[in-house]
Amino acid sequence: MDEKQIFQEMVNILRPYVKDPALLESATKDTHILDDLKVNSARLVDVIIKCEDVFDIEIDDDDADQIRTIGDAVDVLQKKLN
Amino acid sequence: MKNRVVITGMGVVAPNGHGLHDFEQALREGRSGIRFFPRLEELKFSCQIGGMPENFDEIRTRYFDHEKLMSLNDNIGYMSVSAVDAWRDAGFAFSDDNNGQVDWETGAILGCGIGGMDTIAERVVPMVNEGKTRRMGSRIVEQVMNSGTSARVGGLLALGNQVTSNSAACSTGTEAIVDAMWRIRTGLAKRMLAGGSEGASPYIWAGFDSMRVIARKFNDQPERGSRPMSASANGFVPGAGAGVLVLEDLETALNRGARIYAEILGGYVNCGGQRNGGSMTAPNPEGVQRCIRGALADADTAPDEIDAINGHLTATFADPSEIRNWSQALKRDPQDFPYVNSTKSMIGHCLGAAGAIESVAVVLQLHGGFLHPSINCEDVHPEIEAYGDKIPHTVMEFPELKIIAKSCFGFGDVNSCLVFKKWEG
Repeated sequence: MDEKQIFQEMVNILRPYVKDPALLESATKDTHILDDLKVNSARLVDVIIKCEDVFDIEIDDDDADQIRTIGDAVDVLQKKLN
Repeated sequence: MKNRVVITGMGVVAPNGHGLHDFEQALREGRSGIRFFPRLEELKFSCQIGGMPENFDEIRTRYFDHEKLMSLNDNIGYMSVSAVDAWRDAGFAFSDDNNGQVDWETGAILGCGIGGMDTIAERVVPMVNEGKTRRMGSRIVEQVMNSGTSARVGGLLALGNQVTSNSAACSTGTEAIVDAMWRIRTGLAKRMLAGGSEGASPYIWAGFDSMRVIARKFNDQPERGSRPMSASANGFVPGAGAGVLVLEDLETALNRGARIYAEILGGYVNCGGQRNGGSMTAPNPEGVQRCIRGALADADTAPDEIDAINGHLTATFADPSEIRNWSQALKRDPQDFPYVNSTKSMIGHCLGAAGAIESVAVVLQLHGGFLHPSINCEDVHPEIEAYGDKIPHTVMEFPELKIIAKSCFGFGDVNSCLVFKKWEG
């Protein structure tokens, strides 16, 4: 799966947690999940679990702690998938 | 000087109706919300009938987005929908984003009896036992904490006054109203949402089934199963749902031109101490009578001013004793006894939601000038036969109806009683 596909999948994963879906239309790798997309910080845990299910991988807590932007998530996922 | 407290909004999710219009229609028609549930039969429950709000999964999607829906188990869902309905009914807007405005003058006391048992049974216990704790996600605590209902509603409506949840078993809903009344009376809040809720789950109902206190003889005739005050009553029928009332300081309500349904003249809560006939599961008669008299004194209302009683009346052995307690507390003999009905005859016993849903029923009756039928007691229990004429079996138009007293009693020998008066301006 290439970076573009992982990015698109990440946007889909985030969709239920974003109050204003329009924010995802213009999302880039630099989009901050909490600050820009206004995702409730407690729900990041659920986003990580969803990623584990969708990509069939395990993301340990240290890796999860690094995720701030969509790009951070894509990087972690790429590393795990490869 | 205590502030007068009025009711300016209501919301209800009941087994026989969602929303004030549907619920009032059901009450007037004597429409039962009790149904047979095959799942209870599969699980070998003795009682396979219950009262569960219908079409609720569809209803809740009309109120909340996907993100919120993931955090709403049935208990919190019933309460949230009822609270939003009550808030709108009181004339306020419900919006997800109100520009960061917090309503510091409004609070909520919204309780439940057992609460998020379905979440515990279906998610927490199996996942923890399978070593999957880290996969449970972020939504468990908010759904199982005792204040889960009030916490959710506080956020939905941006409430800034006291937001808490009480729990007093089957007395929860009415206790919440009494406590909220006091907060307004003493000037600590201008407005309070008060109510109760209970989820619909075999895991909640199982403990009552195993106590043999719920109806097991009417599985093939569910609508006849809930039989308060009947000779053939055979235990209560478990129910679920929520009721919320918006209580408001009279002056505040008048200043904003609010529609006022009724005034809460007074209320009282106490405990029988589990002595002298009282126990974990049965009320001490002296405690019940003191509670009723306490409510009347607080309301500055004479016993002969009570037009009707909406009883606790669950369809157990305790019904005749409750009627006797009312009679003694009010010093009114059968001939002179107020009319009496049981909303549970149509919705079953909604546990922590009971007092709240039934208080909504009381206020609708006062506002609409009618008494709803108490169904399934054509065969009045022999011990209270003398009071038979005071039980409406069909809807009774009653334009001069002014004051209804409402009681609830719960495990732990706890009691609550409220006195409501029709608002006539």
